[in-house]
Amino acid sequence: MIRRPMKRIIPSLILLVTIWACSSDSAGEPQVDPQPEPVSFERSEMLENWADNIILPSYQDFSTRLNTMNTIYIDFKSNPSEEQLQKLRDAWLDAYLGWQAVAMFEIGPAETVGYRLAMNTYPTDANTLEEYLASGSYDLSLPANRDVKGFPALDYLINGLATSDSQIVARYQGADQQAHFEYIDAVIQDMLSLTTQVIQGWEGGFRDAFVANDGASATASTDRMVNDFIFYYEKHLRAGKMGIPLGVFTGSKAPQTLEAYYRTTVGKELFLAATVAVQDFFNGKHYGKSAFGKSLASYLQDLNTLKDGAALDEIINEQLDLAMEQVNALGDFRTEIENNDPPRAMLLAYDEVQRVVPLFKVDMVSAMSISVDFVDADGD
Amino acid sequence: MKAIIRTKLESPREAAPLAVFRILFGFMMLFSIIRFWYHGWIESLYLEPDFHFSYYGFEWVKPLGPYTYLIFLLCALSSVGIALGYKYRWSSILFFLSFTYIELVDKTTYLNHYYFISVLSLLMIFLPLQAYYSVDAWKKPGKAFQLLPSWPVLSLRLLLGIVYFYAGLAKLNSDWMLKAMPLKIWLPSKFDIPMIGGLLGQEWVQYAFSWTGALFDLAVPFLLLSKRTRVPAFIVLVIFHVLTRVLFPIGMFPYIMIVSALIFFPASVHHRFLEILSRLTGIIKQRFDNGRRLVSNYGYAHTFKMTFFALFFGVQILFPWRYLLYPGELFWTEEGYRFSWRVMLMEKSGYAQFKVVDEDSGKWVYVDNSEFLTAFQEKQMSFQPDFILEFAHFLEDHYRQLGWGDVGVYVDSRVALNGRLSRPFIDPRADLTQYEDTFKPKTWILPFHDTIKGL
Repeated sequence: MIRRPMKRIIPSLILLVTIWACSSDSAGEPQVDPQPEPVSFERSEMLENWADNIILPSYQDFSTRLNTMNTIYIDFKSNPSEEQLQKLRDAWLDAYLGWQAVAMFEIGPAETVGYRLAMNTYPTDANTLEEYLASGSYDLSLPANRDVKGFPALDYLINGLATSDSQIVARYQGADQQAHFEYIDAVIQDMLSLTTQVIQGWEGGFRDAFVANDGASATASTDRMVNDFIFYYEKHLRAGKMGIPLGVFTGSKAPQTLEAYYRTTVGKELFLAATVAVQDFFNGKHYGKSAFGKSLASYLQDLNTLKDGAALDEIINEQLDLAMEQVNALGDFRTEIENNDPPRAMLLAYDEVQRVVPLFKVDMVSAMSISVDFVDADGD
Repeated sequence: MKAIIRTKLESPREAAPLAVFRILFGFMMLFSIIRFWYHGWIESLYLEPDFHFSYYGFEWVKPLGPYTYLIFLLCALSSVGIALGYKYRWSSILFFLSFTYIELVDKTTYLNHYYFISVLSLLMIFLPLQAYYSVDAWKKPGKAFQLLPSWPVLSLRLLLGIVYFYAGLAKLNSDWMLKAMPLKIWLPSKFDIPMIGGLLGQEWVQYAFSWTGALFDLAVPFLLLSKRTRVPAFIVLVIFHVLTRVLFPIGMFPYIMIVSALIFFPASVHHRFLEILSRLTGIIKQRFDNGRRLVSNYGYAHTFKMTFFALFFGVQILFPWRYLLYPGELFWTEEGYRFSWRVMLMEKSGYAQFKVVDEDSGKWVYVDNSEFLTAFQEKQMSFQPDFILEFAHFLEDHYRQLGWGDVGVYVDSRVALNGRLSRPFIDPRADLTQYEDTFKPKTWILPFHDTIKGL
C-alpha cells in the first residue's frame, strides 16, 4: 500500500527539500538563482535598465552640469560683476534642474552619504548662514549644517543676499569678499565631492550588487527602489515642493518653505522637472534619449492587472499628465501662494498631484506585491 | 448514543503520540521565540512603536518597556517546560498566558497561526500530556501512565481538523475559485524561487494552486483520519506546507502544522520516534512503559473539564460564522474576519490620510501617519476599519493634549482589494471621533460596489 507510491514520492520529496533549502528564510543577502524560463516579468532586466539607462546617465549628466556651474563660479570669482552673476545663476538653475532627475535615487551610495538632504534641504537657514559668513568658522560636513549648504544655500547666496542685483554683487566686491567666496567654495566643493562619491559608489560595485539583488523581498532592489520612489514622490515632490508651502498639512501657508525661494520664478519649473523625471522613471525612459526599457509601467502591463477596463500604467500616466497640465497652467509658485488667499488654483493643482499617491501606494504596490517590511504576515 | 460517545472518548490509547506532540510543540515554540528575538522583532514590533493597536476589550494589555523581554523569556522557559514535561500544568498555563499577552499587545501583528497557538496552548492546559515520557512522569511514577483515555488525542485532532476545514471553507468564494485571486497577484512576484519560479506567472498554475489549496484544506482532516489515506495525505500535507513556506512570509506556521498533523498517526510511529530519541539522549524509555492506565474519575474536576471542552469547541465551531450577522462584504469591512482561519485569503492594501479639525477655531491639519506609526503599523492600519477608528481616537487625544478644542478627525482613504482598482473606503465626511468601536456594524464604511460570491 505504501511501498509503490514511495517510488514517486521520494524523488519529489528530494526536489522539494532542494527548493526549500535554496530559498532563504530571512530577506538577507542577494542570491544567485538558476535562470528560470523567462515566462514572467524579469526584474533583473528592469534593474539593469534603471541602473544603466536611467540612474547612471542622470548622475553623470548632473555631475557635468555641476562642474559647469563650478567653472562659471570661478569666472565669477575673478570678476564679480552683475553680468557674471547672471551667468552663475543660469548655471545654478541648470544644475538644479539636473538635480531633479537624480533626487529620487536615495539608495545605495546616495543613501550612505545622505545625499538628498545634503544637497537640497530647504528652506535654508539664512541667519545661521550669515553667522557663518561673518565668523568664517563652520564645518559643512556636520548633519546639523544641512540647511546651510547645497542648492538652497547657493540660492540665498546668489539670489537672496539683497533685494537688488547691484547690492548682491556689492557684497562680493567689498571687504567681506573673501569670506563669501570661501563659503561658496566650501558649498560647491561639498556638492562636488558628494556627487563624486555617489557616482564612484555606483560604478565601483553597487551597480552590480543592485542588479544582482533581483529577488522579491523587503530588501530586494525592486522592492526597496519602489518604496523609495513612492516615498520621494509623496514626501519630497508632493509635500516638499507644493504641499508644505501651500500649508496643506498645517492649514497656514508658508511660501518661505518653497524650493528656490529667492529665485521667485523657478519653483514651478523645478517641480515640473522633478515630475517629468518621476514619470520617465516610471515608464523606463532612457535618460536624455527617446528610447524606453523595462520599467514599472511595463511590469504593470506584464502583470496584466487590467482594472475597470483601463490598465493601471495608463491610469497612472494619465493622472501624472493631468497633474502636470494643471501645474503648468499656474503662475510661479511663490506668486500663486503669496498673492492668493487661499491659493485656490494651486490647491486644485495640488489635488491632482495628490491623486497619484494612492495609485502608486495602493494600486501599484498591491499589483506588484511589494514588501513594505520584513515581518511574518499571512496576508490577512 | 451518549454511551457510545463516552466509550469512544474513554477507550484507552497509548500516550506516546501525546508525548511526541508535547516535545515537538515545546521545542518549536522555543525556536519561534528565539527566531522572533533574532530578527529584532521584540524591539521593532513592541518597543519602538509609541502607539499600539489594541484588541477590543484588551486595551489594558500594553508592552512593559524593557520588561517585555522578560515576558518573552518567560514564554521561552515555559515552552522548554512543556517540551520536557517539567511541572507541565504550570508550564502550559504560563506559556498560554505569556504568549497570549504578547499577542494581545498589538493587533498589527495578528496572524492566524499566533491565534492557533494561543488556542492550542489553552486546550493543552487541560490535557494530561505529561503522563508519559516527561520529567514529571519520571519523578513521580505514581502519576505516570502509558495508557490514557482517547479524548486528549481526539480533541487535538478535532482542533486541527477545524483549522483546516474552516480554512478550506473560507476559500470557497468567487475571488479565490473563479479569479484565482489573490494568488494571481502573489505568485508572479515569487519568480525568483528556484526551479518553479518561472511557472508561477502562468495563469493555469495560479488556478491550479487556488483549487488544490481549497480542496486540500477541506479534505485533509478526513484523509488523515482514515488508515488507508493517511500516509499519502501526510505527504501531500508536507508538500503543501513546504510550498507555502517557500512562497509566503508566514514564518513558523507550516512547520507547526506539519508537526501537529503527526497526532493523526498510530502510536507505533511515535514509539519509534521516542526510541530513537532515547538512544540519542540516554533516557530509559522502558521506565515509562509501565502499562499503567489512567481512568477518568467522574468527579467535579471531570465535569468542569468536559464543560470546558464543550464550550471551547462550541466557540471554535460557531465563532467563525459571526460574519453572517454583519451586512456588507466581509473582505471589505472585515467585520468578523479575524479568528476564523481565513489564511492568505486576500491582497488588500490601503491609503489613509487623516485630517484633524479644531471645530471651534476651524484650524485643521493633515497628519503624517509615520510620525506616530511604524511602516508596518501604517500598512495594516490603512485598510482595516477598526484600526482606522482606533488611530482616529488616538489623534483626537493627541490634539486635545496639544490644547485643541473640539477635535474632529476625518479620513480620506482608498483601498484596493484582490486586484480591483482602489476605491474610497471610509466616508470622508464622517467625524470618526463621534463613533466608538463596538461589535455593531460600522456605518461609516463606504459600500464595496462589487460582489464576492460564496461563503
